[in-house]
Amino acid sequence: MDRRSLLKGAALAALPAPAFSQGAGRVLRVIPQANLTSLDPVWTTAVVTRNHGFLVYDQICAQDAKGEIRPQMAEGWVTEPDGLAVTFTLRTGLKFHDGERVLAKDCVASINRWARRDPFMQVLQPSVAAVEVVDDRRFRFRLRKPVPLLTMALGQTQLPCFVMPERIASTDAFQQVREAVGSGPFRFLADEWNPGQRAVWARFDGYEPRPEPVDGLAGGRVPRLDRVEWTIISDPATAASAMSTGEQDYWEYPLHDLLPLLKRNRQVVVEQRLLDGFYGVCRFNCLQPPFDNPAIRRAVAMAVDQRDYLRAVAGNEAGGWETCEGVFTCGTPLANEAGSEVLKTRSLDRARAALAEAGYKGEKVVLVAPGDYPQINALSMVTADLLRRLGMNLELVSTDWGTLVQRRTSKEPVEKGGWSIIHTTSSGQSLSLPVYHLFLRANGPQAWFGWPDDPEIERLRNAWVEAADPAEGRRVAEALNRRAMEVMAYIPLGFYWQPSAWRRNVTGAFKAPATVFWNMSKT
Amino acid sequence: MFAYAVRRVLATIPVMAIVALFVFSLLYIAPGDPAAVIAGDQATPQDVERIRASLGLDRPFLIRFGEWVWNILNGDMGVSIFTNLPVTTMIQQRIEPTVSLMILTLCLAVSIAVPMGVVAAWKQGSWIDRAVMGFAVLGFSVPVFVVGYVLAYIFALELDWLPVQGYTAFREGFFPWLENLILPAIALGGVYIALIARITRATMLEVLQQDYIRTARAKGAGQRNILFLHALKNAAVPIVTVIGIGIALLIGGAVVTESVFAIPGLGRLTVDAILRRDYPVIQGVVLLFSFVYVLVNLVIDLAYTLFDPRIRY
Repeated sequence: MDRRSLLKGAALAALPAPAFSQGAGRVLRVIPQANLTSLDPVWTTAVVTRNHGFLVYDQICAQDAKGEIRPQMAEGWVTEPDGLAVTFTLRTGLKFHDGERVLAKDCVASINRWARRDPFMQVLQPSVAAVEVVDDRRFRFRLRKPVPLLTMALGQTQLPCFVMPERIASTDAFQQVREAVGSGPFRFLADEWNPGQRAVWARFDGYEPRPEPVDGLAGGRVPRLDRVEWTIISDPATAASAMSTGEQDYWEYPLHDLLPLLKRNRQVVVEQRLLDGFYGVCRFNCLQPPFDNPAIRRAVAMAVDQRDYLRAVAGNEAGGWETCEGVFTCGTPLANEAGSEVLKTRSLDRARAALAEAGYKGEKVVLVAPGDYPQINALSMVTADLLRRLGMNLELVSTDWGTLVQRRTSKEPVEKGGWSIIHTTSSGQSLSLPVYHLFLRANGPQAWFGWPDDPEIERLRNAWVEAADPAEGRRVAEALNRRAMEVMAYIPLGFYWQPSAWRRNVTGAFKAPATVFWNMSKT
Repeated sequence: MFAYAVRRVLATIPVMAIVALFVFSLLYIAPGDPAAVIAGDQATPQDVERIRASLGLDRPFLIRFGEWVWNILNGDMGVSIFTNLPVTTMIQQRIEPTVSLMILTLCLAVSIAVPMGVVAAWKQGSWIDRAVMGFAVLGFSVPVFVVGYVLAYIFALELDWLPVQGYTAFREGFFPWLENLILPAIALGGVYIALIARITRATMLEVLQQDYIRTARAKGAGQRNILFLHALKNAAVPIVTVIGIGIALLIGGAVVTESVFAIPGLGRLTVDAILRRDYPVIQGVVLLFSFVYVLVNLVIDLAYTLFDPRIRY
């Protein structure tokens, strides 16, 4: 019996079951995508901690549904005519959960701590001379040269700049803060936190939402629920059953295998809430043979058919996935397929010929797959099958995610514990701009695992940051895609949508770049 | 016997020391890096190094081990790398569901398995015997998670009698507590019932052949008296031993059962900690489990004297 059959069988009964325990008032019972183990959204980049951050903290500016940056805590900002200073003014009435007023000094301390960890801000940081308090409500960025991307960095969703009280934000960025005190729409109830079981937030009555209607993460963040309770249910079949019986109201990331069953339950709504899909990535170790040879990397890419990968992860459901044969997020301004012909080859025979021509001599290929991570494991299995069919000397190492994240740091040859290929997934947001596109970096030892070294990619990346207008930015993005296809440090594997599921009595769910619970209610 | 009990309790100290060294060494050499997990995909190798240094993971083995032992001796099991909470707090949060599950499973299993084994031995070769043995084979063969899913399907989803998942603390009432635990206890108890029933049957068969049983029959003792007063008491030592050994089975099974029924117990805490490489939590929980196991064995040894007066310590 395979995983899918077992899960389907286990969750089969979910369909006709009546509600078990309704009427929990305005308490939203949520099954989050992972266990909330850390409360500090600067210290760790875990998505679950970021989602906790959106409940507890507020942002100076935020991203709307179109990806534009809008004021959030800020009333607005003024850029000096020479572009060398940007002054932000805070809204009135902002309060932290401990009752203290939100002041400009809190924003400055929070920005400084966040900037030490955020890759996007680190790109801009050389142009920032200082961030300084003007008065209680105003703070200013003094710049060495104009930085048009400043508000985009501050308002990003990937690693958001959440505002904490100065006394907390002055903690070293590499140390975890001990309190979760923010000025967001919900208060974290530390006494009820049992990591691995439950985390609870209560509405913050002192929160002053913006008057505009909600729009992505921008607009009015109105807390309509009394409490949001996360219950960690690690077993997907149990989670599906709990949704069907009404023991839980909202499931953030239902397993794709179980979506058809959930959809057949009339009490459960299954919809896409996140604005971006999840992109599959097949990463080569560019330091060690055989993938230190770009021609061999390109030969493997010629055999790839993204549809095989996406079906393995997200099944055959219409609209569950889409191919995307470029390095930038499809549907975003920089998306292009310049030079992507290699990904459209989709031919084992041509790939075999290219492999022989590239001089592959049967060197061992170690593919490390995380058995406890269903989506990434599925991507890994498809590549493993592909490599075998290409006639490569494959060793498939099945392990857990914790081991993989350590092993991928090894630059050693495969005989000494190194690796040749790993897979991962990434949100579409992280691949939409060159500044935070992790897999595009090609700065050798400083690059993401696999360590490609290509000065031309780095030059183009800097050229994009300096680009004067969108048209020039677009031209640079095309050159980047073309060069990325030549270097082929990773193979883009397309993207799948990750819907969420909620009980029909949950109202106000809206599309956003992250899972958030303001403006939602329960009847 | 008191002196023996004191000696045995003192003997747990070197055992715990060996367990501590073993667990610490294993974690030291095992692959995995919590700093890499914390740092996430966006981090540079330098960031990972800084996090590792801030967690003290870059210090030599002996220094880390010495500090850990010293803290343990002072009643401090350390702080979770991820949650920043003391390990003792995390264990306190999780101990009740696991202890509840194990006690209920134990009570359920003993109250079902011992009579089953006794009756099977009494009716040796009959359909009852074959049914009990058949059940025992089934209990050993079907994995806990399959039993769990089937029970949840029938009693939670189809019949809507019991909740699918979760745990209600005992202080909130006996029935809500039982409602959440009964299915997990049955699922977890399957193997345990099978084990105890088989041992009870085998031991009873041996005892029922003894001369004193024949004598009891000759003196006109009733069947119930013979089985439960004469035979079972004499068969108790191996049965009690297997109950003790079975505690280890329960600890292992609790990990799976707690996952299937989303019970926030020590089993899930252990698995989560292992997957994230949260070393202080793993060390704390394993140490606790080994201490409990040593204590259970001590209690079992002392219990022998209740069933067999010939045993003296």
